[in-house]
Amino acid sequence: MSLIRYQTPELTPWSASDRWSALRDDLNSFFELPFWSSFPRAGQLFTGWSPALDLYQSTDNIVAVIELPGMRREDIEISLHDGTLTISGERKHESINGDKAERTERYVGTFRRSIALPTRVDANKVSATYRDGILTVTLPKAEEVKPKQIQVS
Amino acid sequence: MKTLTRENRDTDRAQTEQFIAPSASVIEAGDGYTLELEMPGVTKAGLDISVENNELTIIGRRSLPKIEGTLIHHESRPENFRRTFELDPSIDGDKISAKIEQGLMTLTLPKAEHVKPRKITVS
Repeated sequence: MSLIRYQTPELTPWSASDRWSALRDDLNSFFELPFWSSFPRAGQLFTGWSPALDLYQSTDNIVAVIELPGMRREDIEISLHDGTLTISGERKHESINGDKAERTERYVGTFRRSIALPTRVDANKVSATYRDGILTVTLPKAEEVKPKQIQVS
Repeated sequence: MKTLTRENRDTDRAQTEQFIAPSASVIEAGDGYTLELEMPGVTKAGLDISVENNELTIIGRRSLPKIEGTLIHHESRPENFRRTFELDPSIDGDKISAKIEQGLMTLTLPKAEHVKPRKITVS
């Protein structure tokens, strides 16, 4: 007995697509990063869970936005090291006693995303919010990289 | 083979709005099914769930936070979510309930009373 007759969705799952367009950025950042930092990405090829990440830059901040539906706040980890922002975490398998997953497309387990930041940030002022399954990390730029107006006295 | 819930594909539908299919999970319990759909950025207000002719349609419209600045690395998809499923007649369409928490929608689809397994007590 099968719950669902499997048919390939005509529309591709959102998480897996658009990865190719990001390849160029990845290649660019590959050369900017120390060698070891490319390993987490290689790991994703096997786990299959690579949440979509967007990065914004404004005058004062760098903002990273990651889609992480159905997580618990305490299972998300954010770290900053050597100009690289790493977001990792684990989604635990929630099994109700006696229930049986008939078909799943959702990823369970760990994920890790690293991205090289384009400028220096103030690590002490980094803040993050998790709302509606979207993690937003705001990284204020370091004072020395912000544009400054110099008054002529 | 008994097909209880079948996903319907939109083949000949001329749509002006583009959607993407959210990742889903279906869990069977004794008295019904649980359907989980990943829709980051969708709140209760953005959800539109309907049952028509035994077809369950879920539309999730995102209310994404406005971020100040220029996008310098982009992977997310801007489209809203949409997915349809064909319901097995054993599911009681009137008793479907839904909740959304941190972008994960959980739909509970109970089986109709007359198809639930029952014990008969010998008197």
